[in-house]
Amino acid sequence: MQETKPTITIKGTRDGLIIFIDENSSFEEIIKDLIKKLDASSPNKEEPVVSVKVKLGNRYLSEEQRSQLKEIIEEKNRFQIEAMESDVIPISDAKTWLDQSQLKVVNQIVRSGQVLETKGDLLLIGDVNPGGRVRASGNIYIMGNLLGIAHAGTEGDYEAFIAASYMKPAQLRIAEYISRAPDYEADGVYMECGIIDPVQNKIVIDSIKILSKQRKVISAFERRMNNG
Amino acid sequence: MGEAIVITSGKGGVGKTTTSANIGTSLALMDKKVCLIDTDIGLRNLDVIMGLENRIIYDIVDVIHGRCKLQQALIKDKRFDYLSLLPAAQTSDKSSVTTDGMKEIVTELKQEYDYIVIDCPAGIEQGFQNAIAGADRAIVVTTPENSSVRDADRIIGLLEKTDMDEPPRLVINRIRNHMMKNGDMLDVDDIVQLLAIDLIGIVADDEEMIKASNKGEPIALNPNFKASISYRNIARRILGETVPLQSLEDEKGFMQKVKEFFKI
Repeated sequence: MQETKPTITIKGTRDGLIIFIDENSSFEEIIKDLIKKLDASSPNKEEPVVSVKVKLGNRYLSEEQRSQLKEIIEEKNRFQIEAMESDVIPISDAKTWLDQSQLKVVNQIVRSGQVLETKGDLLLIGDVNPGGRVRASGNIYIMGNLLGIAHAGTEGDYEAFIAASYMKPAQLRIAEYISRAPDYEADGVYMECGIIDPVQNKIVIDSIKILSKQRKVISAFERRMNNG
Repeated sequence: MGEAIVITSGKGGVGKTTTSANIGTSLALMDKKVCLIDTDIGLRNLDVIMGLENRIIYDIVDVIHGRCKLQQALIKDKRFDYLSLLPAAQTSDKSSVTTDGMKEIVTELKQEYDYIVIDCPAGIEQGFQNAIAGADRAIVVTTPENSSVRDADRIIGLLEKTDMDEPPRLVINRIRNHMMKNGDMLDVDDIVQLLAIDLIGIVADDEEMIKASNKGEPIALNPNFKASISYRNIARRILGETVPLQSLEDEKGFMQKVKEFFKI
């Protein structure tokens, strides 16, 4: 009989353990082998917690299977799963990713009472008039006057920001943060952006120059790839 | 085949009806066949401003419900042969007119008249939908106030979603020059920049306008007033002429000019 590749390979690195799981074996087989392998090492209460990365290769696991795997690994040993990495994602997930990472270019004036809503980043070529509203799950770039309400990161992306050629907005919203215009009459600002400042824990408006420092990865797709 | 123009604003009290009456009158002065339609069912005013209230027998609701023929409901103006008014009903409400009924009436009127000027009620509900149903193009009236400009913006948004051939055009009404100069009123340029549509005319606020409306004589009939010229200019622009915008400065008397010359 041909010598088969072991289903489970465990490697130690400086940052912890990496468990490679062979992508050609069935899930039941993996579970069996995994239990066998883990049982071999007797757990020691004194040992520090070891972080574990699970590499799944070209295998897709459902949520259920993932939690089963996690349970087995974390059950007996002092292991803590740090990440499960799979090289594949289902088409539906990929589609949502794509949707959310695309830059939608819209050329219109968003007038009072109108709502422009997009998935992903929004590039609006035109004004947002008072009473108008733009919403995007990613960043919002406005080549025009922002006088109404802009809401970036509608699905909870705190890294999202709002940039405009001219802004004098009624409100800026990022994820669930809201900031509103001051009650006194103020002039608008040119070429600035609204961004969440983690120190002050609120939305601040600053020159768009700060973006190159604070938001290195502007492209929504790369952002998505990094953050999962 | 005529053209139907709806005069609308969203907000009430900015001068839609006055504008309708005066644009209609100005077009009639240029020998165009004009029919005015009042679509403000329940709150009709156009007949009062035109001074034709006492001539009403049938109204637009009667036409739509088949109680009379369209020709019977039309009121001929006392000053012009080819200026007619289709009055609104005072006793019904806006739901007694349908968009289809409106379209039919406008199509029929277009056969005979050059311009159909439709006076729209305030608001964005059924009455507004009825008024714009048969229109080929729209004129949005606003005053230099924030609330009025906001509503005009909303209306322009709604008009852009319809299948009208041309984008709406803008009339800025009730301009008080000294307030605009001091920055107490929105500037014409600011309004045009915000609304981003073509300006078709500006009309100064004039007490004579109130007098004229009360007399039932549209101010456009009397060329001695600035507002009258403004409306006539709008009518000329509707006809496709290029007319420069009127200066908002008050005409100075001779003595005043002399005084200014000597810097007194």
